[in-house]
Amino acid sequence: MKYGILAFVLLVTPLAAPAAHAADAMVVLKNFDFSPMDVTVSPGSTVTWKNMDGEPHTVASADGLFRSPALDQNDTYQFKFDKPGVYKYICSIHPKMRATITVK
Amino acid sequence: MTEPTNRRDALKCLGVGAGTLFTLQGGVFSAFDLAEAREDMGTPLFLQISDTHIGFNKDANPDVVGTLNRTIDMVNAMPKQPGLVLHTGDVSHLSKASEFDTANQLLSRLRVSEMHVVPGEHDVTDGPGTEFFARFGKPSNNRGYYSFDAHGVHFVALVNVMNFKPNGLGGLGDDQMAWLKDDLAGRSASQPIVVFAHMPLWTIYEPWGWGTGEGEEIAGLLRRFGSVTVLNGHIHQIVQKVEGNILFHTARSTAYPQPQAGNGPGPGPLVVPAAQLPGMLGVSTAVVRKKKLSLTDAALA
Repeated sequence: MKYGILAFVLLVTPLAAPAAHAADAMVVLKNFDFSPMDVTVSPGSTVTWKNMDGEPHTVASADGLFRSPALDQNDTYQFKFDKPGVYKYICSIHPKMRATITVK
Repeated sequence: MTEPTNRRDALKCLGVGAGTLFTLQGGVFSAFDLAEAREDMGTPLFLQISDTHIGFNKDANPDVVGTLNRTIDMVNAMPKQPGLVLHTGDVSHLSKASEFDTANQLLSRLRVSEMHVVPGEHDVTDGPGTEFFARFGKPSNNRGYYSFDAHGVHFVALVNVMNFKPNGLGGLGDDQMAWLKDDLAGRSASQPIVVFAHMPLWTIYEPWGWGTGEGEEIAGLLRRFGSVTVLNGHIHQIVQKVEGNILFHTARSTAYPQPQAGNGPGPGPLVVPAAQLPGMLGVSTAVVRKKKLSLTDAALA
């Protein structure tokens, strides 16, 4: 019985870790668009952006909370969202590229 | 008129491909062959170089240093050197200090010592007052926009990549517009004006942001002048328009071509067969001849 519980804990722990990270999200920048354009995550989640275009892009929030350097092709940028809210952002080089991260 | 055989010979001598020269006088617009233009070209007023994109290394051109060097060799080989160089932005690809340093090192090889530079959006991704301005901000007190007179011509350098409009067009912003009005007010209508900025100052293609929000207002300020030349880069291809006495001209890049307006998902680097690339890269030069300002585009091949 004792061994049974231990085996259960060992089995569950590695599974629990990815579950916690499942709240993290990935956004790709491709063909002059963010995809997906609207992402919802829980507080404490990290969002990763990856530029797939040959043209550089940036990730810049409307309120100045986060702003990436120019991302070349295959470059990534990460930001951790701690507080709930709706965060609008654009590519500052191509400001028609607009998207939203919702934290709740 | 020059005979076709002579034209070909002249082109061979120059080591450049087909070019077209545009002359503007009293609103009448006419095109000449480059070889004819060379016959009494005189001293070029300025050279326009644009979109050097130092730091770019993708398929569209893995060797932007090489093509810039070839461009500089071509300019240095001109029999008469231009009085000054206008760089219409995107000196760097990613606003990195190392990219600007490499660009400066390469451009210092030009025999023309006076260079004026406006930023492209690639040069200021790190915001105002940083790498670009540390190198090129002095004439404008770090504003980026300024004016100067040379050889009887009034030159106006504008920044339209730091106040984007919500629809993606470039913008000058209120402070710069007020400064421009003031700069042009009271100036004689007979003085030739050259305005240069990175993004097109007239709308070429709005879905890709190829234009400037205040474009109409700026054109309104320029209409009373007898000779106006508006230069930009950004779109990596030659597009021209004449409106009254205003000639709008966008220059080629020295780094890589971009698609024609609306052709594809967006204005990214265009990959072409290697043999075609040199013909799509190059510079523009301008001469004043009998009070006319003429522009010549020269490609690398």
